[in-house]
Order: sequence, then structure tokens, then C-alpha cells
Amino acid sequence: MSGDMRKSLLLHGGVLVALFTLQFVLPAYHHGNLARIMVLASYAAGYNLLFGYTGLLSLGHALFFAAGLYGMGLAMSQFGAGTGLALGGGVFLGALIGGLVAVLALRTEGVAFMIVTLMFAQAGYLTILYFGAYTRGDEGFVIAQADRVFLGQDLSDPRNRYFFAFTICCVSFVMCLSVVKSQFGKVLVAIRENEERARMLGYDVAKYKLVAVVLSATLSALSGAAYGLLFGYVGASFASVQYSIFPLLWVLLGGAGTVLGPLVGTAFMFYLIDLSSGLTTAYMLIAGVVLVCLTLFAPQGLLGELRRRFWRWLP
Amino acid sequence: MDFGPYLMLATLEGAVTAAVLALTASGLALVFGVMRVVNVAHGEFFMLGSVLAWWVTQMVGDTAAVGFAVALIVVPVLVGVLAAVTDMTVLKRIDYDPERTIVATIGILYILQQVTLMTYGPDARPVSPPFNTRIALPWFEFVDGKIGLYWPWGLSITSYKLAVIGAAGVILIALWLVMTRSKLGLLMRATEQDRDMALAFGIPVERIYAMVFGLGAAMAALAAVLIVPIQQAHYLMGADPLLLSFIVVIIGGLGSFPGTVLAALLIGLSDGIISVFFSPTLAKILATLVVAMVLVFRPQGLFGAKRT
Repeated sequence: MSGDMRKSLLLHGGVLVALFTLQFVLPAYHHGNLARIMVLASYAAGYNLLFGYTGLLSLGHALFFAAGLYGMGLAMSQFGAGTGLALGGGVFLGALIGGLVAVLALRTEGVAFMIVTLMFAQAGYLTILYFGAYTRGDEGFVIAQADRVFLGQDLSDPRNRYFFAFTICCVSFVMCLSVVKSQFGKVLVAIRENEERARMLGYDVAKYKLVAVVLSATLSALSGAAYGLLFGYVGASFASVQYSIFPLLWVLLGGAGTVLGPLVGTAFMFYLIDLSSGLTTAYMLIAGVVLVCLTLFAPQGLLGELRRRFWRWLP
Repeated sequence: MDFGPYLMLATLEGAVTAAVLALTASGLALVFGVMRVVNVAHGEFFMLGSVLAWWVTQMVGDTAAVGFAVALIVVPVLVGVLAAVTDMTVLKRIDYDPERTIVATIGILYILQQVTLMTYGPDARPVSPPFNTRIALPWFEFVDGKIGLYWPWGLSITSYKLAVIGAAGVILIALWLVMTRSKLGLLMRATEQDRDMALAFGIPVERIYAMVFGLGAAMAALAAVLIVPIQQAHYLMGADPLLLSFIVVIIGGLGSFPGTVLAALLIGLSDGIISVFFSPTLAKILATLVVAMVLVFRPQGLFGAKRT
């Protein structure tokens, strides 16, 4: 095992251990927040797989998050599915839509890719509003307490909820780390750095990109389904443009193309918005200012800067 | 009302939408054409135009007509200057990189929108039109084999709406003349064709960029001032014009001026007609999907020529 590998395992393992231990010391309010952050961070991690490692900037990831959320919620409310089945259904729906979007959107690149994904997500959002009879539109619906029991554990209980969120976060961590370390991940980075060269070297770039989109959509859908399950609410606002911008913001802030970046960015932004929404209703102002400042002064994000200056080994 | 008069009413309402849309979208197309960047904050410049129009008419406080006339001149200039300053402080510094520009303009979108929320507040406020005579419109019918005119109840339009359509036409022609006949237009087109070559010939490309960005935003603001007496000013009103302008610019062929105007007519008219007969949400779903498909399968737009 090389030294860099050991360092990276120590760092990421350390972060996970810290997250695990925090639940025993945090007061109730921050305890709940951290559970939320961990689920949203896995959404950001899913986004990072595509944006940070493959170099594809999507403006429509809310579609995948909402696919997981609604796939899970509707399976319960309309078809009376059990918790495990509903969760699986949400993830499957996300992967399916991911595949569909990938096949179409990957025919374009650059700015056109951004707009096409934005348009698909917008169509998805409007579709949820259109079928308001089932989805209850903007108002959304609540998931019954009885449906929020998974493997015999009541997920509305804060401790179980934290533990489940922690598990999701671990899954996303392990998934990202193994992708990054694998042959597959290295090809993705090669595509990000120079697509033409990767193609010249004989890699089937289109296939790699397709798999990357589906993988990213699946992880986003998993966190969407988990979010609905843990916090008991399914609503159309999670499908709106804002929820496509958030993961971009979190990943840019934390550092695109770093495994820890999404978690750091999500936690940072979550508390920034939490604090500022206490002061003003115009809390999205903070998001705007941070976005502009990031593009101007730190396009690499927090961990990206850290890697550039000190920790060259950071994956 | 019969089907005929109903369709005519829908077409006239659609023509108003189309006129305003053509102005807004040609601003977006201008920026994309010359600078090759997508301005996601375009809708917020539109919103700012409406809100400032309300503010100016309140400040002037004279008759509705005077206040509106002042707003029509002052507001586009204010918004244009603001956009030019944004260009120089933000976009120039990231070197107009296409993807980073989109991220930065998303940030600007939220800043403009939320600052408006903090200062102007969440209410929708009306601006009274400078003139608003009701004009009843005739429709024909066959009586005993002869064509006769009659005035169906409800078939009417206000003089202001007709004026909006006329004004939009005049402004578009003026923009086209500036682009094709003036020195400034020549410089813009030279920059559009080859930035480096333009720079080599001593064209102040950076100043042209700031000017184009400002002009694009001013077009949106102008459209907003025209529409605000019909539709109230609200801090969230930027989303729809942005989406529709995107649709128009993409269908019309990115950056092509005649294509943009043609697409605005098509989309504006069909939007008016479809919304009357079908659910507006369904119309929007179909429109966004069509646009996505156009980008996927015909990236040069329906009317655009293939770029090499």
C-alpha cells in the first residue's frame, strides 16, 4: 500500500468516524441538521461523479433526485409498496430516467448539454405539477409514520434516522472512492482532461459517459428516496431548478473532483443558509454571492485549493 | 362566442406575447451571437425592468402617460449600465469561459432576484398604462348569402396592447438597422466573426463586449417596461421570459437575428392559442421537451444554417 493511499484511507476513515461519534455529542437541533447534510451530501457526491470527475456539467440533477423521491413516495401512496420495495423502486426509477436522459443529452456537449439537462428537469418538474391529482403538486404529501419503518427500525426516531443517513453517506463515500481508484474512474478523469485524446487511446468515450451519467443519477435518486423516507415529506419544490443548482453549488464550494468536497461544501452551505435565513427571507442571496465569488476567486473550491497548495495526494 | 372570434382574440393576445418575447429573446440572441456566452440572468434583467418601471412611475408621480414615458427611456439605460458593469466586473474576469459564465450568471440571477425581494418586497404591483381605450373588433357573418359585419360581445382589444405590438416592431427594426447599417453594428459583427482578428484590427473588443451585454439586458428591460401595464411587476417574474427566450433562441438558431424574431412569433402566437384551448402546464411541458429535442437532434436550430 503506497503512502498516499494510506493517508487518504486515514483521512476518509477519520471523517466517517468523526461523523459517527458526533451523534453522541451534538444537541438535538444540529443532530437533525447533520442527518440532513449527510443525505444531501450523497446527492452532491452523485453530482460530483459526473461534474467533478467526468467533466459534464448538468443543470438538471433535480430530475434524478426527484425521481428517487417520487418513485419512493408514489410507490407507497399509490401502490401500497413496503419500505424496502419503495426505496428500491425510487432508485430504479432514477437509474432508468438517468439512462434515458443520458442517451439523448449525451448527443450534445458543453453549453448545449447544460441546457438540454435543464430543459429535461424543467419538463419533469412541470409533469409533477401536471399530475397534481397523484403528486399533490407544490403542496406535496407526507409519508405516514407506519411506512417509515425499515428493517424493523422506526426511521422517524432521530437516532435511527441519523444512523440511516450515516449509512447512506458511507455508501456514497465508498462508491466514490472505489470509482476514483478504479480503472473506470481513471478513464473518466482522462475524458474530463481531454476527450479527444481519450478517444484516440481507444476508449469508448460514449459508453463511459453513459455509465457515468447513470451512476450519478442512481446515487442522486438513492439520496432523494432516502431524504423522503427520513424526513417524511415529498414535494415538488425538490424537483425545481433550485435543487439542480444546489448540488452544483455544494460541489463547487467543496471542491469538484474531490471525494470529501461534496460533504464539506454541503455542510458549509447548509449552515450558511441556515444562519442567514434567520436574518432575512432573501436567503438565496447568499447562494448567489457564493456562486459568483467561487467562479471569480476559487474555481477549485475549498478542498481543491487545499489539494493545490498542500495535499497533492487528495483523491 | 363562436370559434372564429375566439380564435381571433387568442391570436391577438398571442401577438402581444410574441412582440414582447421577440424583444426579450433578441437581447439574449445578441449576447449569445456576439459573445458566445449564455446569460442565465437575462430573465432577471427583464424583472428589474418591470420593477424599476414601477419605481420610476412612482417617483415622477405626474400623470400616467408622463411617468410611463420617463420610465420607457430611463429604465433600459439603467438596466443596461448595470449589466455592462456586471460584464466588466465578473464576466471579463473569468475570460468569458462558456461554462463558468453560466455558473456566474446563475449567481447573478439569485443576487438580483433576492436583492429585489429585500428592497421591493414580495408584492406584485401594477403600473397604469398611459392610454387604454377599449376597441371593439368586428367579425363577419353570412346573412342571406351576404357577408355582414357584427360586433360580438367580448371581442375587443385595448389600444395599449396594439401600441405594444407596434412599438416592438419599431424597436426590432431599429435594432436590425443598428446591426447592419451603423459603425457600431459593424464593430459588433466583426467581433462576432473573429475576436482575435477584430482585436488585431484595433477594435476595442472588451468595450464592445460590455456594450453588447448592456444592450442585450436593455432590450429585456425595454420589453418589460412595455409589458408591465398589462402584467404586474413582481420579483419572481423573470423565470418565464427566461425560459421562453431560451426556447425562442434555440428554435430560431442560436444567435441568428431573423430566426429569433420568426421563432418568437411562432412561439408567442402558439403559446397564446394553446393556452386558451389546453392546460398551460401541458403546453409548457411540450414546449420544453420540443426544445430539448431540437437541441439534441438539430443543434443549429430549426431556421439556422449549419455552422462549420
